Amino acid sequence: MGVPPGFRVRRELMDAERLSRALARIAHQIVERRRDAEGLVLVGVRTRGVPLARRLARLVAEAGAPPPPVGALDITLYRDDLTTVAPQPVLRGTEIPGSIDGRTVVLVDDVLYTGRTVRAALDEIIDFGRPARIKLAVLVDRGHRELPICPDYVGQMITTTRDESVQVLLQEDDGADRVLLLEKAPEGRPRRPAKKKRGRRA
Amino acid sequence: MSGYPHRHLLGIESLEPSEIVAVLDTAEGLREILDRPLKKVPALRGKTVVNLFYEPSTRTRASFEVAEKVLSADSLSIAAAASSVQKGETLLDTAKNLEAMNPDMIVLRHSAAGAAHFLARHCRASIVNAGDGAHEHPTQALLDALTLRQRKGRLKGLRVAIVGDLLHSRVARSNVWLLSKMGAEVVLCAPPTLVPPGIDALAPVTHRIDEAVEGADAVMMLRIQRERMTGAFYPSDGLTEARVKRAKKDVLILHPGPMNRGVEIASEVADGPYSVILDQVTNGVAVRMAVLLLLLGGGGGGES
Repeated sequence: MGVPPGFRVRRELMDAERLSRALARIAHQIVERRRDAEGLVLVGVRTRGVPLARRLARLVAEAGAPPPPVGALDITLYRDDLTTVAPQPVLRGTEIPGSIDGRTVVLVDDVLYTGRTVRAALDEIIDFGRPARIKLAVLVDRGHRELPICPDYVGQMITTTRDESVQVLLQEDDGADRVLLLEKAPEGRPRRPAKKKRGRRA
Repeated sequence: MSGYPHRHLLGIESLEPSEIVAVLDTAEGLREILDRPLKKVPALRGKTVVNLFYEPSTRTRASFEVAEKVLSADSLSIAAAASSVQKGETLLDTAKNLEAMNPDMIVLRHSAAGAAHFLARHCRASIVNAGDGAHEHPTQALLDALTLRQRKGRLKGLRVAIVGDLLHSRVARSNVWLLSKMGAEVVLCAPPTLVPPGIDALAPVTHRIDEAVEGADAVMMLRIQRERMTGAFYPSDGLTEARVKRAKKDVLILHPGPMNRGVEIASEVADGPYSVILDQVTNGVAVRMAVLLLLLGGGGGGES
């Protein structure tokens, strides 16, 4: 996947090594909190959250906990802007492995931004059962929350402006592990700061 | 733009292959919701859908209603008595009355060809054609295509026989258009009295079932439409087990329902291992969910 139109790379936030260390740290933290590690289900938010959840599952098992089942959540149908501004939906489907009743669900996503995706994910996961608790793991927290949502496991916190965008590239989908900070590419005249406009997604 | 850039679904004839694929892919993604413990998603909360049925229907109406409920749309169904309806005028009156209730979508079944197009010209709401006379039944063709694609992995190059009352069948017409757009090879089969003029321009026609079924990947049986039958006879030996043997070994048997067992289809065939008739019903809900979502989701669809 290339840089989205209208953006250019400002700097690299993580290379492959930092990314894998961040995931290993999250996996260890999950295992250390016994209560989370027992009856654990990892649920990745599509699209990038799913390969991250699979990797975390492997790392959790390597750290000595029982290998957790992995699910995938497509939150499209739970978006709060589905019938207003979102483009026509492309569905990739939700897969929840077995019952989540009484278990610890750790939601996994690549970038935490406004929190609206997580709100949708919480609503959707609760429609599948009544987990004992739901936790949130993200690779990057870039701030600017619009809802009272706070992650439990964070790979890296970074300060961004709303003009910027964070792009997570993964081996599974993109052929390489990298996290990039993007900025608006200037239109016409270079060097001029981009107009303040709220980005829609991470 | 990919996806489905229209505000209405009036027929298959005017659709692009990419738009057909968009509906099928969306339906594929939605099907899983029907297997969830809680079969409901909030996607179309606050949207109102009116199901306006001027002709009797069990499957299609139930299927639209289930699809609407699963997607959290508010829906109401109006069953108009066909005998009291004067074409055109009354439909327009009804449409104007419904407009006053501000529905986001009207799903219309009517005995007159073009009724859905007529409503689309006069209503602000999105119109879905749930069958207009002997003209089109687009969601049926889409669910048939979804069933074929699921089982065969493709539509292109499939040999599909459409057998039965071609004269009165909107299902046949929509299916011929859809399958030929998607690159399938269609053979039509009916007794000479039940072949509408001009249909041989769309696909080859034979009068012998044995010939149509020969080497087929799928056989779509059509219902004998007793209610529209005014002057034709139908030989009472439809698709029998012996005939199915002429098709490919892994042939699929489809029927839009309701079946006339022992008339156009033998019970052993309808209930046999190659029958996907009940898959069609499940896929019908998924396809109708996809149509609702594509027309009402995504910022309310595109222009046209």
